[in-house]
Parts: sequence; C-alpha cells; structure tokens
Amino acid sequence: MKFQNPAEENAMPTYRIMDADGNVVDQTRDVESIPDAEIIQWYRNMLTVSIMDLIMFDAQRQGRTSFYMVSAGEEGIAVGSASALSLDDVCFLQYREQGVLVQRGFTLKQMMSQLFANRDDYGKGRNMPVHYGSGKLNVHTISSPLATQIPQASGAAYALKMQRLINPNVPPRIVACYFGEGAASEGDFHAALNMAATKSCPIVFVCRNNGFAISTASIEQYKGDGIASRGLGYGIDTIRVDGNDIFAVRAVMQEAKRRALEGDCKPILVEAMSYRVSHHSTSDDSFAYRAKREVEEWKRRDNPITRLRKWMEKKGIWDDDKEKEARASIRKEVLREFSAAEKVKKPPLRSLFEDVYEDITPEARAHMRQLKELIEKYPNEYDVSQFEGGVKSLE
Amino acid sequence: MSVSRLIRPASRLLSQRSAIPSSIRPSLRRVAPVSVPVIRGYASEAKQTFTVRDALHEALSEELEANEKVFILGEEVAQYNGAYKVTKGLLDRFGPKRVIDTPITESGFCGLAVGAALAGLNPVCEFMTWNFAMQAIDQIINSAAKTHYMSGGIQPCPIVFRGPNGFAAGVAAQHSQDYSAWYGSIPGLKVVAPYSAEDAKGLLKAAIRDPNPVVVLENELLYGQAFPMSAEAQRNDFVIPFGKAKIERPGKDLTIVTLSRCVGLSLDAAEQLKKKYGVEAEVINLRSIKPMDVEAIIKSVKKTGHLLAVESGFPSFGVSSEILALGCEYAFDYFQAPPARVTGAEVPTPYAAKLEEMAFPQVETITNYAAKLLRV
Repeated sequence: MKFQNPAEENAMPTYRIMDADGNVVDQTRDVESIPDAEIIQWYRNMLTVSIMDLIMFDAQRQGRTSFYMVSAGEEGIAVGSASALSLDDVCFLQYREQGVLVQRGFTLKQMMSQLFANRDDYGKGRNMPVHYGSGKLNVHTISSPLATQIPQASGAAYALKMQRLINPNVPPRIVACYFGEGAASEGDFHAALNMAATKSCPIVFVCRNNGFAISTASIEQYKGDGIASRGLGYGIDTIRVDGNDIFAVRAVMQEAKRRALEGDCKPILVEAMSYRVSHHSTSDDSFAYRAKREVEEWKRRDNPITRLRKWMEKKGIWDDDKEKEARASIRKEVLREFSAAEKVKKPPLRSLFEDVYEDITPEARAHMRQLKELIEKYPNEYDVSQFEGGVKSLE
Repeated sequence: MSVSRLIRPASRLLSQRSAIPSSIRPSLRRVAPVSVPVIRGYASEAKQTFTVRDALHEALSEELEANEKVFILGEEVAQYNGAYKVTKGLLDRFGPKRVIDTPITESGFCGLAVGAALAGLNPVCEFMTWNFAMQAIDQIINSAAKTHYMSGGIQPCPIVFRGPNGFAAGVAAQHSQDYSAWYGSIPGLKVVAPYSAEDAKGLLKAAIRDPNPVVVLENELLYGQAFPMSAEAQRNDFVIPFGKAKIERPGKDLTIVTLSRCVGLSLDAAEQLKKKYGVEAEVINLRSIKPMDVEAIIKSVKKTGHLLAVESGFPSFGVSSEILALGCEYAFDYFQAPPARVTGAEVPTPYAAKLEEMAFPQVETITNYAAKLLRV
C-alpha cells in the first residue's frame, strides 16, 4: 500500500526561453528570426498598457473615473500569449489582460471611450470601467462575477468545433480563456476544465498566477503544486511557463494552439507565473497585506518589460534614447485620448432602454415616452445636454 | 385573514389528489417513469391526443431538424434518453455532437451552453429539474440575461433553459418548488410556463427560435398528461407567440388567472363552481410569465369584476402578487370585491404526502377561495 504524497513529488518545471537578464537559455528556440519590428511592437504594447495604467490609476484617485484595474507585472503574459493568436481566435478575458486587447488592435481611443463610458463606448456606458469587449476583435465583453467566463469559454470552444463540423471551410480556431489563480478556486474552474476535457473543446486556458487574489496570497489559496498540477487530474495537457518571459509565453501559446486543434481537438492548460506588482484594483491598498519592500524588490528584480528591454538592448535594437522617445510619445498619446474621451458626450438616453431584449418591449417604449415627458415638463431639473442627442433620442 | 390565506388550515383541504404518475424522481431511482396518459378535456376539442412529454419531444426534434445550430445538452439527455424521457431517441437521430450528455456540474454545462450561445449557436440547456439550476443561477441571470445589454448589444445570447418546475410528488423541499417569480423578475429573460401539449410544443419551439434567453418552466406532473392537439399544432411550423395568454374557459362572473399545472386545477375548480353555485369562472392560462399578457387579464376583470390569481409558488413576492398588483393598477375601479390569491404555502415543501398536499393549491382550495371571494 502506498499513499501518494504531493509533497514528495517534484514540482512541475517552469518553462523559460530567456532568463531575468535577457539571455536566451533555451537555444532550441529561434527567437532571433522573429522580425525586429514585431518584437518592438510587443514592447511598445507592453509599455502602452503600463503607462496607461499609471495615468488611469491616478485619474481614479482624482475622481475622474469610478474604478480601474492595472496589470503591472503581467503585461508579458497578455501581450505574449495574444501574439500567438490570430484575430479569428476567440478571447474570454478576466479583467487584467489589457495587453491582449492592445495586441489585438484595440486602440487607446476605444479603451478611453469605455473607461469614460462615452457615446463611442461599445458597451454603451452600461459596464464598469475596464470591462472591455469587441465584436470585431472576437473579445467577449468582460463580466464581473469571478470565473463565470471559464465554462462559457469551454462552450464557445465547443461552438467553434461545431461550426467546423457544419462547414469545414471555416478556418480552425481556438478559444483563449484567461483567469487568475484565485478564480481557479471557484467551482466554475472545475466545471469548465472537466467539461472541456470530456467534450474535447479546442481551448487554451491561461491561468495568470500572480501570487495574489486581492489580498489572499497563493500560499493560502491552494495547497498543491499550483494550478498546473490540477490540469493533469482532468486529463489535460498542461505546462507551466515563466510569465515574465514573453518569448516563452508566446512559444507555449503557439504550441498550445497547435495541440488544441490536433485531431478531434482538446483543451490545454497554461499556468503563467508572474507577480502582481500593482494593487488588485483602485479599491485595494495592497500594502495593508504585503510589504512595500517586497513589491519594490520584485519590480527591480524581474519584470516582463525590463526583461525584454535587456534582450533588445543586447541585440542592439533598443537604447536609452529610444526608450525615452517611446515612453514620451506613448504618454502623450494616452493623455491626448484621455482628455478627448472625457469631453465626448455620454451615450444617448435611449440606450438605457435598448438591448434588454433584441427588440424594445412595449413597456420599455412606454417608459421612454414617460421619461421624455418628464424631462420636457421640468427642463430646469434635468440637464440632458451631455447625452448624445439630448431628449430627442427618446423619440 | 391574510395568514389563513397563506397557510391553509388542513380542514379546508379534501384529499383529492389525482393522476400523480410516480412518487420518486427518475434520476434518483434510475428507472424510467411509467407513462400513464391521463386524458383531459380541452376547450378546442380535437381528435388526436398527445402527452406533454411527446409534445416537448416533437418540438425539440423539429427544431433540431430545422436548424443545425440547435443542440441540447444536460445530464442524462443522450444515452439515458433524459431523466423524464423528453429527449428519447434524439441521440440516435441527431448524434452525440447535438445531443450531449454532460458531467454532473450544473454551473459547468450551463456556463458551457451560455458560452456556446454567445459564440453563435442555439443551445437548449436541460436541467433535470429547475431546483438543480440553483447551482447555475449566476450563469442564467448574471451572464445569459445581462450580456446582451452589458455588451452594448453586440452579444446576443439565444439560449433556452428548460426543465421541470414547481409541483412534484414525494421529493420534498429541495426538489419541488416554483421558480416562476425568480426568473420572472429579471429584465433580459423571457419566461414561459406551458400547461397543455399545445402550449408545450408551441412555446418551446418559439423559445428555441427567439433571439433572447428564454426560461421554459415545465411541470413534472404534467409530462404524462395527454391533451387533444389541433391539426394546426401538429404542423412543424406551429409556434405560440410570447406574451399572449389563452382563455381556457370563458366565463362572466370571476377571472381566474393561473399558469402551468394550476391551470388544470383551476379548470376543475371552475367546473365545481358551476355545479355547486352556478357561477361562471373565466380561466386564463398565462402561458407566458414574462412578458405577461396584462391586456387579457384586465379585459377579463373589466367583464367579471372579480380576480383570483392561482399559482404554486410561495405567497410572498410571487407571480400572484404581481397579477393582483397589475389588477389594482389597471382595473381598480372595476373590482366588485377585493382580489385574492391562492398560492403555495409559506413553508418549504414537506415530504409527507398529506402535508405536501397542503403545501400546494388543490382544486378544493381554489373552489373555496373563489366562493368566498364571490360571497356565494
């Protein structure tokens, strides 16, 4: 008789291509042949997310938006994994993957429109800040309740598989589903992985293990060998990757996609290790539960942005001047879109009533009429000039 | 008075339960329920009869046939033919890609179905009973019902959630309760509760074709009941529009507004009212809870001057509360007596047969309250 004791097992290794100093350690991978322009674009995308984070965090503190979530320390996971996907692939995000959006071509203007809930917001001002979504980019609108996107992503992957069965001319696609290690404690995580495995869904689950679920450190979040060890239990191909190594994240995601589409399709689990340098959200002060020194140390020691920068500098495609220029120009652009978005009118009043159902119900129409009458009766009480189309949108 | 209305004293009940097919949930005993069709007379008399189960089955197979984006998933829907045999034979006919057995994880397969709908398919998500859907209610309310709105209209969620709801027999509080009011209160959802075979077929087909998330609240005790079905309803293009109630029995003295299995009980009560008191009760089968056919209710109340709402849900904040409130808002001046309601009792459904009977409306309860309301 032998009881297996997880403590006696070796921990699953963490795959990396480049070490913290920007040296390539896995020579079997050819990172040299990736075009310089592409790598610089990833770098700029990571910088964009990190600069926008700082500006928006302060904007929230100044009361200009109600809420924000930064993704400092995790830009590499988002940008690296998204760089391995095609635009046809479908993404389900949690809320700390701005890099995925930027890498897929979501513009600063589109982000700011969402954050300020103005008339250009795809969500028509109905969602909290950072709950981005884009039909064109195949990114499902972010939903607040934790982990609910994971089983939905399995379902979407099943749908992609069905679509190919109905019409084999459709290109093979996968779903990329992102979540944190904290969300993996929800029942939905179990449900989703078990469903995806039993139904052979073409999906890559990307778990960002950043060490904290709001204030709960991962040491209190789970007992086993991280999230990766669970993948095996579901019969899912699994890999753990260094999330600060953008080359490794990209290579892992490329291989994961290939495997997910092989044969009858299957799910893949990727656990990307990183450290949440930032607070959880603007509603959180993480120095209440961790030392500032620890965070500063992490920032200095390892970070996906500095790591890639070191590699680029060694290759001779980046230097201090380029860094300064990039930071200044990105900052300028963020601020320009910020102040532009703030001035744009709010979505029309009418959109308050639309989209509850595909068609506006007779009751909702009656409410619109009543609201219009009320506003017209007391014009001094209701200033609707900031809403697109004013009271006329209710007609 | 209000207390006695909510918690009905035993003395008011007569033991007259009829036609309860089987006492134990099939999923628990893993043997198919014996289907003994109980034939009920029907307003528009037609020759051929169908059980509600057959009607649901026909609706599903017709829609699976008509649209390859439609698929059904749930626990035991494929190999086992469905816990209540509604999906019988569908696996053989449409294959395992479209009739899908899932692991026992309500939040999982419900979430999977919601995701498939968001990605463009038309899933039918079967819950073995609506009681088990509690484990997936976040997916239904926070995701299915709200995503279209919160995505700015870019992500419709054309999904059907279906399964037995309300009255069941001998399965106690966690397996027999009515969720009409729960789902009926959510903007973004459409909610229907079929009574007859025609209702079941027409509403389920309409639900599958609807671009919005639709909750179909069936009833376990009705599955085996047979109803006449018109030639029109037997066609494969038959659908029943949402938001339109059906007058099951016309009358001039009292309006009984009811839904699901309570329609049958109310029809029997109406018959008794006629026999005992010579009273003509009009019985309105809501068919759809959200949207609700307010016009039909008000029109009838204006004619009869009396309103009785009958449902099997709990008394507080329920479907009948809503019906009474609507009556007061739109037809107050037409009331000749205060409107009343007959509901399930304010207790978790008991297991013991006699106690269970007291927890749900019975024909006598409805008859007695109608008589009291009319002062006859």
